[in-house]
Amino acid sequence: MTKEYKTIVDIAGPLIFLEKTEPVGYGELVQINLPDGTTKRGQVLDTSADMVVVQVFEGTQGLNDESGVVFSGETIKLPVAKDLLGRILSGSGEPLDGGPRIIPEKRVDVNGASMNPYSRRPPEEFIQTGISTIDGTNTLVRGQKLPIFSGSGLPHNEIALQIARQAKVPGSEEEFAVVFAAMGITNEEAQSFMEDFEKTGALERATVFLNLADDPAVERIITPRMALTAAEYLAYEHDMHVLVILTDITNYCEALRQMGAAREEVPGRRGYPGYMYTDLASLYERAGVIKGNKGSVTQFSILTMPGDDITHPIPDLSGYITEGQIVVSRELHRKGIYPPINVLPSLSRLMNSGIGEGKTREDHKAVSDQLYAGYAEGRDLRGLVAIVGKESLSVRDQRILEFADLFEDRFVRQAKDEDRNIEDTLGIAWEILSELPEAQLTRIDNKFIDKYHPAHQNAE
Amino acid sequence: MNGEIYRVAGPVVTVAGIKPKMYDVVKVGHEGLMGEVIRIEGEKAIVQVYEDTSGIKPGEPVANTGMPLSVELGPGLLESIYDGIQRPLEVLQQKMGDFIERGVTANGLTREKKWEFTPTVSKGDSVKGGDIIGVVQETPNLEHKIMVPPRKSGTVEDIKSGKFVVDETVCVLSDGSELSLMQKWPVRDPRPVGKKLSPTKPLVTGQRILDGMFPVAKGGTAAIPGPFGSGKTVTQQQLAKWSDTDIVVYIGCGERGNEMADVLNEFPELEDPKTGRPLMERTVLIANTSNMPVAAREASVYTGITIAEYYRDMGYDVSLMADSTSRWAEAMREISSRLEEMPGEEGYPAYLSARLSEFYERAGAVHSLAGLDGSITVIGAVSPPGGDFSEPVTQNTLRIVKVFWALDAKLSQKRHFPAIDWLSSYSLYKDRLAGWFTENVGSDWNELRDNAMDILQEEAELQEIVQLVGSDALPEDQQLTLEIARMLREYFLQQNAFHPVDTFCPFDRQYKLLKSVSRFGEKAIDKMEHGVPINKIMEMESKDELAKVKYEEDFDAALETIMAKMDEEFTKLGGN
Ligand SMILES: Nc1ncnc2c1ncn2[C@@H]1O[C@H](COP(=O)(O)OP(=O)(O)O)[C@@H](O)[C@H]1O
Ligand SMILES: [Mg+2]
Repeated sequence: MTKEYKTIVDIAGPLIFLEKTEPVGYGELVQINLPDGTTKRGQVLDTSADMVVVQVFEGTQGLNDESGVVFSGETIKLPVAKDLLGRILSGSGEPLDGGPRIIPEKRVDVNGASMNPYSRRPPEEFIQTGISTIDGTNTLVRGQKLPIFSGSGLPHNEIALQIARQAKVPGSEEEFAVVFAAMGITNEEAQSFMEDFEKTGALERATVFLNLADDPAVERIITPRMALTAAEYLAYEHDMHVLVILTDITNYCEALRQMGAAREEVPGRRGYPGYMYTDLASLYERAGVIKGNKGSVTQFSILTMPGDDITHPIPDLSGYITEGQIVVSRELHRKGIYPPINVLPSLSRLMNSGIGEGKTREDHKAVSDQLYAGYAEGRDLRGLVAIVGKESLSVRDQRILEFADLFEDRFVRQAKDEDRNIEDTLGIAWEILSELPEAQLTRIDNKFIDKYHPAHQNAE
Repeated sequence: MNGEIYRVAGPVVTVAGIKPKMYDVVKVGHEGLMGEVIRIEGEKAIVQVYEDTSGIKPGEPVANTGMPLSVELGPGLLESIYDGIQRPLEVLQQKMGDFIERGVTANGLTREKKWEFTPTVSKGDSVKGGDIIGVVQETPNLEHKIMVPPRKSGTVEDIKSGKFVVDETVCVLSDGSELSLMQKWPVRDPRPVGKKLSPTKPLVTGQRILDGMFPVAKGGTAAIPGPFGSGKTVTQQQLAKWSDTDIVVYIGCGERGNEMADVLNEFPELEDPKTGRPLMERTVLIANTSNMPVAAREASVYTGITIAEYYRDMGYDVSLMADSTSRWAEAMREISSRLEEMPGEEGYPAYLSARLSEFYERAGAVHSLAGLDGSITVIGAVSPPGGDFSEPVTQNTLRIVKVFWALDAKLSQKRHFPAIDWLSSYSLYKDRLAGWFTENVGSDWNELRDNAMDILQEEAELQEIVQLVGSDALPEDQQLTLEIARMLREYFLQQNAFHPVDTFCPFDRQYKLLKSVSRFGEKAIDKMEHGVPINKIMEMESKDELAKVKYEEDFDAALETIMAKMDEEFTKLGGN
């Protein structure tokens, strides 16, 4: 076990190649002792009777054939205990807060096993975030993975923080624990998260993993796995409702790409590894609720789209795995609208199971569909108006055009500390919908129009 | 023959010392992880392993079973949920809890249940492969026919009746072979049929744009490509729910766990429109989700189609949904790249197109070996990167399938569902099914549909002009065309899968709905030609009310009221 090998024959990028080892397990954790006395850690990527390939997390700087390599005999594990709450750890799980080492209740493989689909309970508990564009039109439920697709310089952090502050399940006393994993973000960004957590007292029920921009990129590959392992432990063994925030998925994917290139793999689309879908799925799918278990893991991660391009492989592959996406728009941000969420490309796939009678309100789905239809048409008309002028629109079209403005101004826009409950959100929706001719509300059953349309309320 | 591991690199393990045949199943390492030989290089064999290989070391033992990857076929398949290599997920949960650990095997069919077997042959009868020797009532509505495995034949020496477990002998043939309620079949070999037929009946799905505009035949093939969030899964699930088929095989291939949980949750509660029984009773689920091992994902599609073929051989109509074939193709790519094979287009192996066509070729309407009519309809979802249909999986699929349902993100963003683009989609079965429609839907159905399609085409052309000058600048008759097209889109094409009534629209309603819009169109044109100004027509209340008739439980009554009102309103409009 503790045998040290000095048989490195090749070093390339973050990889080292060793010969003449005893049999080494695939995926084993490795410790590398440098001549200057420092140590690094790595993981076995390929193992055969003749050659072992190790990926070094902290990078191979300072390594040479004098360095010794020790195989741990086990895969990467995170020591878990309830004391994880309130702690700040490095991207590979070492304490950064000056606190003691975690006294482990047990040690868990960070790769996690796949949840048996048969064991899953379909997520359906409405989480009220207090943000209308989410609650009203892209509802989040417990156990969902719903990332924010944003762009550099947009206020995705503010939105994530507002959600972390306001998220609650109406009528339930249970609190969320937060697991926050920074991957390659700047120290300043990380600080603003920490300060907010501290201010709101959230830090006590949070576990933070920090891999910052100047930390080794390779470590980023394990940071989210550490975080999700902690989250699963808290959720499924301590019945907690855990909100996981991973930021920034894009940095994670860049690290993956870098690893692939170092291994001289045949690259897939735009240079990202062909297995990136599977790799990302091994993170995102670690959200959910289990039959007969009280806890839940909800993922609300941040991804900045390179060049604001939603077809870029990172958002594209993510969108194929996650249960929707909240898209932050530069256009709305420029117009000074906060939160600048563009509902059209946004989607919550689990919305239908989280809303309706007994959950939010019976008219919720129809109202949301109608808002979409109106706003989509209004935005199309904006393009037309730019060419032909407002005058050449029919009366019907002019009202739809106005509706789109109202939607952005009244429904989308809200203050950073404005916590709207679902009734408020649906109320605003009806107010603006009532500006449209009633005959045009074709997505809404007549019984809901009779019951909720403001014009009908006044009549009574 | 036993050997040992030479090298481990992810799901690909190199083994020395076994002398396998291609596709033999082997047990790898101390834990006996299941794998399949996918290449033989001199003394070494390369194995794709269906389970996670972390911690596995060179030098660990490997045993060859000498058998290809096979599934168990017999009573008990229905209502099951399997992983990609036919391990029942329910049994895995009982054995190891909520997370799938490795090294656990489980029979595809339970050995605990006894089935009542009623023979239909007698001693002395001569039987051949595919012939039926008896029946088992698998579910209240499905008579499971016990067949002689293909390629076996002889005279019945002994036949039993009574209650049996699937692997007990119920019949002995003259050559000594013992038949039980169950047979095994290698998943990569198509099961033989008597004769392939050309499909003549539509798969009726209750989805207006599918049945009405782009029908698929029973025994046909269809692809549904689209970017994420455009409606592939919802459409596939709608098909699984409402199609008039005897058996549904639903393969969740590399997609979300929650979507499978959803099906498991919902299907037992929903009624088969044909039999009134719970939908689950006609369904077999294969769930190898995106986070489950990639080699088993590759196998899942074969496992599914083999089960489909087995029910087809009994003379049933089976539909198979694969969501998503792109994830299957990616599994091939992942394995291929680990083998350092020469990559083809976008890194996919050169055999991608051959594998896809071999798979879709297993669809079809057939005379089974026993001479029964059965069919497999295959509907594959495709997930093109960036929603770009020019990529290899979409393109190779389109060369094979006969129906193309093109999903469009622009439509889904507007919440126009199903977001199937009516301009670029097509069905090559339309003509072949025309006779069936005339006979079963309405003598003027084909015409109604073609007219509707023409109007939608015309709308697309007019929209280009509108983009330049605005709609008010168009002549009145063209404005009317735009209005009729809008009605077709919103009243007919749009269908809400989550609305309790609208989710399923039987053919007679589809017909009446299309007919009503068409009648409005005809009358409106007539009025306009008689000098009635368009804004009067646009203001008709009945026209707007027609929008919601599809949500009405009592559709016929509601439609009648609206159409009566429409007649009245038209009369009031006057004209010269
Ligand atoms: N026929 C439909 N009716 C209503 N909503 C639909 C329909 N099809 C799709 N949707 C909506 O679109 C979302 C995404 O659909 P889904 O089938 O999951 O997309 P994909 O599989 O293409 O990623 C669903 O969650 C649902 O809200
Ligand atoms: Mg899908």
